Amino acid sequence: MTVMKYLADVVTLELDTEKCTGCGMCVVVCPHKVFEIENRKAKIVDRDSCMECGACAMNCEFGAISVESGVGCAAGVIIGAIRGTEPTCGCDSSSGSGCCG
Amino acid sequence: MSDLTTPNSALVHNGFEIPRTASELTFADTLGSWKARWGIGRMNYVVAPGLYASGEPTSHSPVFVSANYKMSFDRLRSSLKGRNGWILVLDTKGINVWCAAGKGTFGTSELVNRIRITKLHEVVDHRMLIVPQLGAVGVSAHIVKKLSGFRVKFGPVRAKDIPAFLDAGLSAMPEMREVRFPLMDRLVLAPMEIVGGAKYILIAIIVFFLLSGIGKFGFSTDEMMHSGISSAVNLLVIYLTAAILGPVLLPWLPGRAFSLKGFWIGLAVGILIIFSSRIVNVNTAGWALIAMSSASFMVMNFTGSSTFTSLSGVRREMKVAVPLQIIGEVLGFGLWIAGRFM
Repeated sequence: MTVMKYLADVVTLELDTEKCTGCGMCVVVCPHKVFEIENRKAKIVDRDSCMECGACAMNCEFGAISVESGVGCAAGVIIGAIRGTEPTCGCDSSSGSGCCG
Repeated sequence: MSDLTTPNSALVHNGFEIPRTASELTFADTLGSWKARWGIGRMNYVVAPGLYASGEPTSHSPVFVSANYKMSFDRLRSSLKGRNGWILVLDTKGINVWCAAGKGTFGTSELVNRIRITKLHEVVDHRMLIVPQLGAVGVSAHIVKKLSGFRVKFGPVRAKDIPAFLDAGLSAMPEMREVRFPLMDRLVLAPMEIVGGAKYILIAIIVFFLLSGIGKFGFSTDEMMHSGISSAVNLLVIYLTAAILGPVLLPWLPGRAFSLKGFWIGLAVGILIIFSSRIVNVNTAGWALIAMSSASFMVMNFTGSSTFTSLSGVRREMKVAVPLQIIGEVLGFGLWIAGRFM
């Protein structure tokens, strides 16, 4: 099965190779094979597959990765706009959207 | 809260009495997960946070971390069949691992806290936790280590791969680390798509039904019954087609933006409505517009259930799609109303 890809050239993922020690934690936690280790440094090999979940930045001990993480959920963006908050999915309320299954 | 433990079978270990859980799922568990998929009692589908024993664990047995959404817990315990281990259930307010990690409830501080509350240091000799990989969105391994002394080992994405992960000496094959979105995974989400918007579609049906009675000769009950039923059928067809075919056909619908994928479904339904009424007029053109904008909106909302859409991407597509959807809905509704007076 081919892997579905979302919009191209849109994600906020940034990797600072200077700070990277090549520990490989980002490769472990990324659910979409965005990173690979090459010459003892992490490298972004599939940027458009990034879903901005934030697992890599959360687990980079050396602060080499930054990403504006959040829920990639249209209903969440709408709820956030109505409440004037950050996008949030409705799964904590009884009106729950389909997410969080 | 469901009772997942058998009384009198609690494990006494190092002076602690720890509830034991079965690795065999019962009919009630299967029924419960089916109900949750349909949104029935979904918010109360929880297990009590804390430490559980699976099999006959000892001080050396591995510790698996899970969420207190019962479906997450059930998947973990059934994958541990025939093995001994500890299950540390975090309080994620009944939300699954990935979503809870995104919200931070399946997170570093809850994990460190739960280790302290359950006195995990005294239960096991080793200092290692197996955390589902998708929990990495909320759990920072190096901070957990600093705060609790426990090393976090990220396990596979899917609980069913845990036996292979354990047998390989706590190492996950690359495919166990990847999230895909195959047909079955998409299909099980369709019921929530249907249930989720049910109240909105019901309101729309009532509004269209009442307005169907209005025409150039004033209000007519006969006209309301006749034209109202056909409006209700149209709305239901649009709604169910988008809710079911959107997820099912996702990889094959042209375009990357979900709103565009939904548009194609709406276009097909619009053409179907025009063909089945055998006429292109203000009324059917209005319905085609309503179908295209509504299906586009519904499939766009499926981004929240998909496993590969980014917030930046969703924002970008919404900037274009939402204004077009609003224009389409308003125009479609306007044409339909105009049709009532022709």
